[in-house]
Formats: sequence, structure tokens, C-alpha cells
Amino acid sequence: MDLVGLLAFNVLTGIATLILITLGLGVIYGMMRIINLAHGELMMLGAYTAVMATGAGVNIWIAMLVLPPLVVGLIGLILERTVIRFLYGRMMDTMLATWGISLGLIGLVTTLYGNVVRGVSTPVGSFDIGRYGASLYSLVILVTALSALAAMFLLLRFTKFGLILRATMQNPRMAAALGVQPSRIYMATFALGAALAGLAGGVLAPISGVSPAMGAAYIARAFITVLGGGPAIITGTGLASTLFGSINELVSFKTTPVIGDVALLTAAILLIRVLPQGITGRYLRRSL
Amino acid sequence: MSKGSIDRRGALKLALSAAAGTVAMPFVSRTGLAAEPIKLGSLLDGTGALGLEGKRMIETTEYTVDLLNKAGGLLGRPIQLIAYDTQSSMQLYTQYAQQLALKDKVDVIQGGITSASREAIRPIFGRSKTLYFYNTQYEGGVCDRNVFCTGSTPAQTVNHIVDCALKNWGKKAYIIAADYNYGHITASWMTKFMKDGGGSVLGTDFFPLDVTNFSSAISRIQQAQPDLVLSALVGANHSGFYRQWDAAGMKSKIPVGSSVFGLGDELTTMDPSTTNGIITCYGWYNNLDTPATKAFVSGMQAKFGADVTDLSELDTATYDGIMLWAEAVKKAGSIERDRVTAALESGLSIDSPTGKVTMDGATHHTIRNTYLAEPENRKWKILATFPDSFPADTGGACDLIKTPRTNKQFTPDLKG
Repeated sequence: MDLVGLLAFNVLTGIATLILITLGLGVIYGMMRIINLAHGELMMLGAYTAVMATGAGVNIWIAMLVLPPLVVGLIGLILERTVIRFLYGRMMDTMLATWGISLGLIGLVTTLYGNVVRGVSTPVGSFDIGRYGASLYSLVILVTALSALAAMFLLLRFTKFGLILRATMQNPRMAAALGVQPSRIYMATFALGAALAGLAGGVLAPISGVSPAMGAAYIARAFITVLGGGPAIITGTGLASTLFGSINELVSFKTTPVIGDVALLTAAILLIRVLPQGITGRYLRRSL
Repeated sequence: MSKGSIDRRGALKLALSAAAGTVAMPFVSRTGLAAEPIKLGSLLDGTGALGLEGKRMIETTEYTVDLLNKAGGLLGRPIQLIAYDTQSSMQLYTQYAQQLALKDKVDVIQGGITSASREAIRPIFGRSKTLYFYNTQYEGGVCDRNVFCTGSTPAQTVNHIVDCALKNWGKKAYIIAADYNYGHITASWMTKFMKDGGGSVLGTDFFPLDVTNFSSAISRIQQAQPDLVLSALVGANHSGFYRQWDAAGMKSKIPVGSSVFGLGDELTTMDPSTTNGIITCYGWYNNLDTPATKAFVSGMQAKFGADVTDLSELDTATYDGIMLWAEAVKKAGSIERDRVTAALESGLSIDSPTGKVTMDGATHHTIRNTYLAEPENRKWKILATFPDSFPADTGGACDLIKTPRTNKQFTPDLKG
């Protein structure tokens, strides 16, 4: 019974982690059709922000939850203004450009801070599920992921900004005719996606080794989840993360992390074969 | 036409004199400097995933070659270091290995960090008949007359970790290891030593080097309820295990022993609460209280800056590799491979930061001191010293004096 509790908790944490690392990518890909290959590096920058800020004596919670999204959001804004905005509607070119950005960021951070693994200590302790110990920090990840998801939902569903955003994504020309500047909206969306990636990096910094190349370990899973989720960003990310996260955690527990990843990929291939547009391409199409 | 332009005749003269100069140069320099340098090739990862360890090894290589040159070189000839950064890429290892052996025609090669890289380049030097030194603590067992291994091996290190664990912690172990040849072979040694000591292994899990999430592994370990965990996890991503282990509150419940932990900069970058008490065993620690250790550390700091505080066995083994080779060259009075090999097989020893290091002729591994230590508030606390440890893992099977044609890697026999 204790074990079931621990497993359930781990599955929830796995799902939350997937939601966190996917949401930013989902916003940029789902809304703007830009394949952002620098997503992992934006996460890395978020993690570095958290490490640097705690090193400078900033309160750990602010360093983890507040600063990374702000800093990385700003970097996203700069990248959008200087590179991405010239490439809208050219999918291959944006892929190449963001890949270049990703390599550039890895190189830059390596030059600045060295090819060293850094880290922050986890701010909270552990608790017991029956006979087993579990990390309280997983609870932080869980809460952050759900809050981010809920906040995105509220933003898109109930605010004027959300409405304009959705309208621009659906039909930029019509939105422009009604007095909206699509380029402004694109800029805001990209910055928002980058900020979410930064948040993911900041929150994951205490439990992973923070190094310039850390993004590579997350990017593949994030892409698979976005594609599996389909066009509705929030419902899709949530559903696909739940599906893939549970499969990955449970199979990893029963066998090894390698087989867990194989199971995740197999599930993704089957899903894309049956539902080429992702889960929300067929079901819940009208959701967000 | 302006005055400054060069006419055809002038150009011809210039070209001719330049060509003559180029042709004449080798003769000039040969007569000028008397002796042609001895070439020492180095293949290490200065960048990429292994850059952390490789950077210090590269610095040690430069430091040691400098020491030799300052002392007048070898056989009256200076030593020229030809080093390539293999960038943590196997493809570059094979490419640069060919270049060193065939194009640069170096006299000896020192290098390789992971066991995977060693196995990639070992056959190349075997074919080109270039002497090769592998200077890293590793899983042991390489038996090849062309190769000399100066790092410590499981029979010198892992067995001490296991002994300490069996004595202090209990009989049931859980093994977690990196998923490549180093992790697999080290895990078999751990299993063998546990069983030999009357303990048992409840489970063994392997993790590819890109795994970052260890929550399922930690649950599995908790479910198995071992008395201790033995880790052969490698690299930046795997360092997350120790953080997650600490975060899950397991640190105070189940102790950990590791065969790799602390070779990088774990002690300076991780929290003391995460690192304290992890048992390790290596051939050298940077705060050993010996004059040789202090001289090595201060020499390195004088050359590369005061922030060189994370030196490890990887670095002294690199030093040992170069110095043993230099000693053999002096003894043989030649840089020819066969004569240097014969000199090395004659039981040569040097004084290294770790103490006396002797090359064992039969195994081509070193007889050396090893030490058991745990981190305590970012410093190593030395728990025990094992003088003159013999590489019994390789020594049990490999005898290159009797059968010089052997070329394989011996792995532990788990059936016995």
C-alpha cells in the first residue's frame, strides 16, 4: 500500500515535470508554428539564472520561481526582435535559426561560466509515505506545474489579451483588420513561451546537474509531448503529459529507465499513427 | 601605374628567395638546435561532457612535459607536446589517433578518459605500433603489451569500498551504474566483491549517460530496502542522482559508496549535505599530507592559477604515465617502442604525488598506494591508507611476460 502511494506520487511528479518542460514549447509551437530548437537552452538559461541568483544571496524561492521566467522572457523577447521575427511562416528557416541560437547559447554559457556542473540545494526536506521517503520538492514541482497550467488557461480564456492572442493565431489578417498588430502579439507570445521555459529550468535546477549542455536531455521529450498533445495547447499538453508521464514512470519502475524511454517513444509512435494531429486534433477540439 | 607595385621580375626574385629559404630552413634549424624533439602525443577531452575532468588532465600533461623539459629533456632532446582536444566525441578520438600515429608519427601517446574512448583508440595504436599510456582509474583488466595503464583498478579501490561497507553498514547492497563498458564491468566487480565478502546484491540498474530523472530508481531502491547503495554513475547528468537522493531524505537512511564520485568538481559545486559521507577510494586525494602532494598541487597552481583546487587521481595518474615513460626512456637510452617496453617491464618505479608507483611488468598496471576517503564539508577526510596495492583484478588473469601476444580485456568471473 505504501508502495502504491509512493508510485502514485512519483507518477504525478513525472507528469508535472513533463508539463513544465513542455508548456513553453507548446505555446511557441502551438500558437506560432515555430519549431523552437533552442527550447532546451532557454531552460538551461533559466537554471543558470536560479544558480547565479542563489549564489548572489537572493532568496531561493525568488531565485527559482520569479527571476528565471523574467530573465529568460526578456532574452526570448530580444531573440524574437533580432532573429525570429524575420522568419515567420518559414518553418525550415526558423528551425535552422533556433538550432543556431541553441548552439550559440551553449557556447556562450560555456565561455562565460565554464563547462562545469553546478547546482543549488533543494530548499525543502523530505516526507514519509508509510515506510518510504519522498522528496517534498517534488510537491513544489507539482504545484508549480499545475499553477502554470491553470494560469495559462485563465490568461487565454478570460482576459482580453488572451482573446486577442487566440484571434491572432487563428487569423492574423482578420485580427490586423480589426486593429491588432500581429507582430506585437507574436513578440509577446514568444516571450511568454521563453518565460515558461525559464520557469521550468529554474524549478528543475535543484534536482538536476546544471551545465551548459543540460537542455539536450529534455528537448526530445518536450517535442514528443507537444506533438502528442495536438493543437489545443493547454488541454493537449496536460493530456499528453499525463499519458506519457505515467507510462514512463511506471515502466521505468518495473524495468529500467531505458525501457521506460522505449515505452514512452512506442506510445508516442502509436499515438501519432492513430491520431496524426495529436490527441486534441480529434478529441476536445474546441478546448484551449 | 604607381611606384609601389611589384613588377614581374621583382616578384620572381621574391618567390625564388622565399622558396630557397623554405628549402634551407630544416637544415638551418637542425644544425641550430642540435637535437630534434621527442614527440609526445596527447588525446584528451578539453571540452564537451568530459571537459570538466579533461581540462585538468590537459593542464597536468602540459605541467609534466614542462617539468621534463626544464630538467633538460630526455636523452639530450627536448620533448614536444602534440595535443588534440577530442571534444568528448568518439569520432574525433579515432580521427586524431590516426593523425597522431600516422601523420605526426609521435613516439608515445598519453590519453583517453572514458573506457569507451580507450577501446576506440587502443587498436589503432596496436596497428601503428605506437606505445600507449592510459592514465585513468578504470574497470581494470586490459591486457595488451602495447598499453600501460597507470590509474587504479577495482581490486585496488572498489574492494576497499565494499569491505568498509560490509563492516560498517550491512550485507545487502543495491548497485547503480552507468550504462557503458565502465559501468557494466565495475558493477560486476562490485557484485563479485560483495559475494566474496559474504554479502548479497539485491538489484543492479544501469543508466544511459543522458538520464536526469532518478525518481523511479530511488523508488526501486527503497522498495528493495538495501543496507547500502554502490554507485558507478558517471558524468554531469548523473550527478542529479546524488541531489535527488538527498532531496528524498534517503541520505540519512541508506549510505552510499561510489567508484567515481569526486573525480570532478562535485565537492566544490554540491552542497555539503549532499556529498558528506559518500565513501570513495582512489589512488590519490588532493589534500594528502605529504610533501610530494603539496609540491604537485602548488606547482599546478603556480602554472594555472589558484583556482586549481579540484585535482584528482586522474591528474596524478597522467603525471605518473608521463614520468614512468620518461624514466623508461632514460633507462633504455632510446625511444624505440620495444626497448622502452622492456625497460617498463623491468619493474620500474617513480616517486609520484601518491607515493611510490611501480610498473608491474606482467600486467602493465601500477602497484601503488590507494586511499579510502569521504567528503567532509568540501574537504576529503582520509579514512584509511592501503600501501602498495597490487592490481589483482588484472593480475589474476593477465601475464604479458609469459604470453606477450595477449590482447584482450579480462572481466570478473561471476560464476566462481
